[in-house]
Amino acid sequence: MALYNDIVMDNFLNPKNVGELENPDGTGVYGSPVCGDMMQIQIKVDDNDVITDAKFKTFGCGSAIASSSMATTMIIGKKVEEALALTNKQIIDELGGLPPVKIHCSVLADKAIKNAIYDYAQKHGKHYEALEGYDPNADEDDEHGEEAE
Amino acid sequence: MRNVYLDYSATTPVKDEVLQEMLPYFTEKYGNPSSLYDIGLESKEAINRAREQVAALINAKPSEIYFTGCGTEADNWAVFGTAEKLRAKGNHIITTRVEHHAMLHSCAALEKDGFAVTYLDIDKDGLIDLKQLEEAITDKTILISIMLVNNEIGTIEPIKEAAAIARKHQILFHTDAVQALGNVPIDVKELGVDMLSVSAHKIYGPKGVGALYIRKGVQINNYMHGGAQENRRRAGTENVPGIVGFGKAAEIALRDLDKHIEHSKKLRDHLRERILAEIPDTFVNGTMEHRHPGNLNVTFEYIEGEAILLLLNQLGICVSTGSACSSASLEPSHVLSALGVPVEMIHGTVRFTVGDMTTMEDIDYVADSLKMVVQRLREISSVNSAKGW
Repeated sequence: MALYNDIVMDNFLNPKNVGELENPDGTGVYGSPVCGDMMQIQIKVDDNDVITDAKFKTFGCGSAIASSSMATTMIIGKKVEEALALTNKQIIDELGGLPPVKIHCSVLADKAIKNAIYDYAQKHGKHYEALEGYDPNADEDDEHGEEAE
Repeated sequence: MRNVYLDYSATTPVKDEVLQEMLPYFTEKYGNPSSLYDIGLESKEAINRAREQVAALINAKPSEIYFTGCGTEADNWAVFGTAEKLRAKGNHIITTRVEHHAMLHSCAALEKDGFAVTYLDIDKDGLIDLKQLEEAITDKTILISIMLVNNEIGTIEPIKEAAAIARKHQILFHTDAVQALGNVPIDVKELGVDMLSVSAHKIYGPKGVGALYIRKGVQINNYMHGGAQENRRRAGTENVPGIVGFGKAAEIALRDLDKHIEHSKKLRDHLRERILAEIPDTFVNGTMEHRHPGNLNVTFEYIEGEAILLLLNQLGICVSTGSACSSASLEPSHVLSALGVPVEMIHGTVRFTVGDMTTMEDIDYVADSLKMVVQRLREISSVNSAKGW
């Protein structure tokens, strides 16, 4: 018996992409310590709009750390447009599922990525359809996200 | 790998002496204590022996001990039994913000049923203010319930003084002594309480058995309705092996109380000293002066408790946390909130409770492991001492 499945535990115990980038092209932060989790995701984007590197720093529980690890792994090598299309449900599926009360951890990772891309778009004068009307400071209104099937 | 259990406030292992005493009552001595033939009477006798043993641990009369299914039932009985009995007299109850949920949720249920409840605050040490208690009393107050030892921060509340105030105003006084039993000396006469809840599984006895002490002459309504067990006050066939185990555990607790307290304190204090000396940005919650001998409650800043718990679990160490992320309700600890710990720091709080099976080597292993775990999580964390919260 364990709280989390093996994939989640592996991403928590051996998280990938922990740290900060030296000259990030975009930085996104989501959540707050008061709520119990806060994630920072940084990205490097090349001239072809491909995310070449991503790093995270997370204050939070096991599934928040595992979600950060998985989410950053999933966006490395992807086009920015593709990363923007990533949903919290895909993160959960890739993790092999999260307990229902932990779904919001995947939402956090999803939002932190969007915020990092938003920051990148702002700084580099880029426009993405998926970011139209996007508010990086929006409340965690959708914090429970979609459950994995 | 070493296995170190530091969650004795959650539950304790059943001591072998206790188990051996219980075993015959599952098999050859299986009679119903209400039956009149020999094996029935034998069970009845066993229960009464246990009643004497539990009574001795709190200096009560055996006839003042009523066995229940758990500590929670004892708390529910005290609250609902008093509320129903004295409803005509008043509808006001005084308790504290830091009670166990067995008490808080019982009070919340009564609030929906027309009762008013005052929840006393605690100060920065974790202790109630007796002046606030006295000022909260109205002519409608029918019950004051204050826990003897807090389950999260281990603070020992001034029950003798609080009960004296209740008595002065002729109000019934109940205390939840589930965490206190076997860890601090309890004398119901000296404390002057009317009711007191206890549980077996916190003192190396089995789960599924508790007791409510009801001082002779105190009248409250029944909570469980049915047969004539427990002198007609608590219905239901007795959990004979459980009760026998509770009795034996109580006997051992009384016999070894001084030794247990000394042992617990020594280990707890060593853990505290090592943590505070070797791990920066940590602090202890609650006073060290009036405290459960085995309890240590520590906040590790900039990291989250469930993550600490999981990593320690990987190293064979069992602890509990006040973090919201570890609870099904996702609510951070109400006790630490009442103590004034900032919410972001409550998430990084760990409760360690040592007990009779804990050794000094265990404590050093835990301290060494903690250093590693805390450092590792701080490397991952998006907040740190340089940036601050």
